[in-house]
Amino acid sequence: MRSRRSSRKLSEMTEKDLADLAPGEEGEIVSLGGGHGFQARLRAMGLVEGQRVRKLSRIRWGGPIILIVNRAQVAVGRGMARKILVRIDDDD
Amino acid sequence: MTENLHDAGSRNTRENAEEAELLLVGQPNVGKSVLFSRLTGLRTMASNYPGTTVGFMAGRMRFGGRFYRVVDAPGTYSLEPLDEAARVAIDLIDEAGLIINVVDATHLERHLPLTLELIAQGKPVVVALNMSDEARHLGIEIRTERLSELLGVPVVPTVARTGEGVVRLVTTALSQSIAGKTARSENGHPAHHPHVPRHPAGDPAKGHEHIAEEKIWSRVGAIVDEVQVLRHHHHSFAQRIEDASVHPVSGGIFALLVLASSFAVVRIVGEFLVSGGVGIVGEPWFRVPFGMEPLFDAAWRPLVTKLSAWLGGEGFAHHLLIGNLIDGRIDFHQSFGVLTTGLFVPLGIVLPYIFSFYLVLSLLEDTGYLPRLAVFLDNGMHRIGLHGYAIVPTLLGLGCNVPGILATRILENKRQRFIAATLISIAVPCAALQAMIVGLAGNRGLWVVALVYGILFVVWLAIGAILRVATRGFLPELLIEIPPYRAPSLSALASKMWMRVGGFLVEALPIVLAAILVVNVLYSLNVFHYVADATEGVVSSLWGLPKDAIVPLLLGILRKEMGAGMFASLALTTKQLISGCVILSMFFPCVATFVVLLKELGWKDTVKATAIMLAAVTATGAAINFLWP
Repeated sequence: MRSRRSSRKLSEMTEKDLADLAPGEEGEIVSLGGGHGFQARLRAMGLVEGQRVRKLSRIRWGGPIILIVNRAQVAVGRGMARKILVRIDDDD
Repeated sequence: MTENLHDAGSRNTRENAEEAELLLVGQPNVGKSVLFSRLTGLRTMASNYPGTTVGFMAGRMRFGGRFYRVVDAPGTYSLEPLDEAARVAIDLIDEAGLIINVVDATHLERHLPLTLELIAQGKPVVVALNMSDEARHLGIEIRTERLSELLGVPVVPTVARTGEGVVRLVTTALSQSIAGKTARSENGHPAHHPHVPRHPAGDPAKGHEHIAEEKIWSRVGAIVDEVQVLRHHHHSFAQRIEDASVHPVSGGIFALLVLASSFAVVRIVGEFLVSGGVGIVGEPWFRVPFGMEPLFDAAWRPLVTKLSAWLGGEGFAHHLLIGNLIDGRIDFHQSFGVLTTGLFVPLGIVLPYIFSFYLVLSLLEDTGYLPRLAVFLDNGMHRIGLHGYAIVPTLLGLGCNVPGILATRILENKRQRFIAATLISIAVPCAALQAMIVGLAGNRGLWVVALVYGILFVVWLAIGAILRVATRGFLPELLIEIPPYRAPSLSALASKMWMRVGGFLVEALPIVLAAILVVNVLYSLNVFHYVADATEGVVSSLWGLPKDAIVPLLLGILRKEMGAGMFASLALTTKQLISGCVILSMFFPCVATFVVLLKELGWKDTVKATAIMLAAVTATGAAINFLWP
């Protein structure tokens, strides 16, 4: 379950922020932007570097993004999601 | 209704008979309050959403013939406070003797960072691996002994909801506490576990704030990999519903249905309990001989009618106890005596609606729907300087403003708390007031009720939009964990209902009766005559209400429902009734709300909120008066 595909070749990877991820897409968190407090809030929700996440849905008109993180649903505001960079696999 | 909140003073009420203090610490929504109830037998407010407990609660546990003090802390994600409720928890941790760290067995990787931080503090810690039944159900197996070895502290699987493992948890915790005490007296400093390295998570020489976060996360990853076995698990029906509930289309429709049916159920159950009538709006579809109104007529009316006759139908005592006879007989809605309207309004009208409101709210809380609602309202709430989770305090405020304002502690910063609390105190009518508004305005048609709610909603939006622009500071975005759907436990539901409905009776009834008494005495002394003349300029000229309407508005400061109750005897036009209800809702919060506002915001922000309220109510009253043809 906790497969971390860090051994994959770089050419197979693309990086997107969480907001741009399409519903159903999966990836691994590469980096968190923002300040210390912001990152602490994300980490508290299990959004840490190396964590695999799947985007479940995106609420319209700029609403939050729903992720699956470790089998739990987490809602993240759109602006916050923009600061979370995710590496997704091209061939997925 | 102060829920789960004990004043800081109660911290010092430790009795000599108590052996040790157990502090329940954990992340939000892991079941600390349920466990606390199990340990102490005290009723608590437990729900299925993060942030149910915003203050702490202390109780006594009796075990093996001895008493122990148990404290239930609000949830915190780490030892660094991310909101006001977490700050309360962290202060408690600093003072605690023995910590029971409650973790969610289904999401170990999320909860262990806090566990490691707690262990690194050097206090005795016992881990309660809670919701272990849910973990089993999801195909998650946790090797408890190995986890305990790796952490260096005891780990006990528990199911707080059923009580499974709780006795073992207590025995383990108490033996830990004794071991800790012995070790302390030998070494002169606290030691929590004699056989294992004291600080498995970090350098013992450094305080908790110095443990590198990356180190914690990598360590958590390693521990979880070693102790957790995941079996393949089919997507359950509940999970499919969970996915559909946050789908942009199906989830949005579902949210609207939930809101609409919630209002409908509150109304149907409330009206049924009041009059035995079954229906949503206007005349009920059918009526059964049931409800508080028929009960008052059958059982209470003969008694007070006799009393009225005995008092001679008039005079000072009659005026106080029975009030005015309407067409020669007692009218429970309008007579306005202590024993007539004074008892009928809180028991006959408000109590049924308090019951139906909290029944629906408790169900929404316990199933875990509220965070999902927050997701769909997030975007809209941003327009008023809040994010979606502010719907939780707002909904609580629709029951009673006091717990609503307390719950604003789940919001991250001061600016959000100010906006949310100000909005609740001005534009969110409590269930008691709403019961009266629905009763009064409902007689004149559904549109009258809709207009009152509509105007208040516009006021809520407008003040929020202005405050968003007018206040300075950062506005954090929504970031919440959405809990799984859970079937509400009937006993937990009953306990919550008992606390809330009972709380209303204990706190509201004496104030209502005293308020009516005082008002009737003041009436007899003709005091209101001068007040009404003094405020005529605003009340009549600006707002278009009869000048006597100042009395219900002032009475509303004591209890809002009594203010509304008094409108019944004023012979208001429909327009006046609408603006009267709106103004009463906005015009000064009731005393209880004002006190909690002062406590939560401080006097400076309370003055600001009051100034905003005065400006808003003046403008809204004038707008209704002059814009209405």
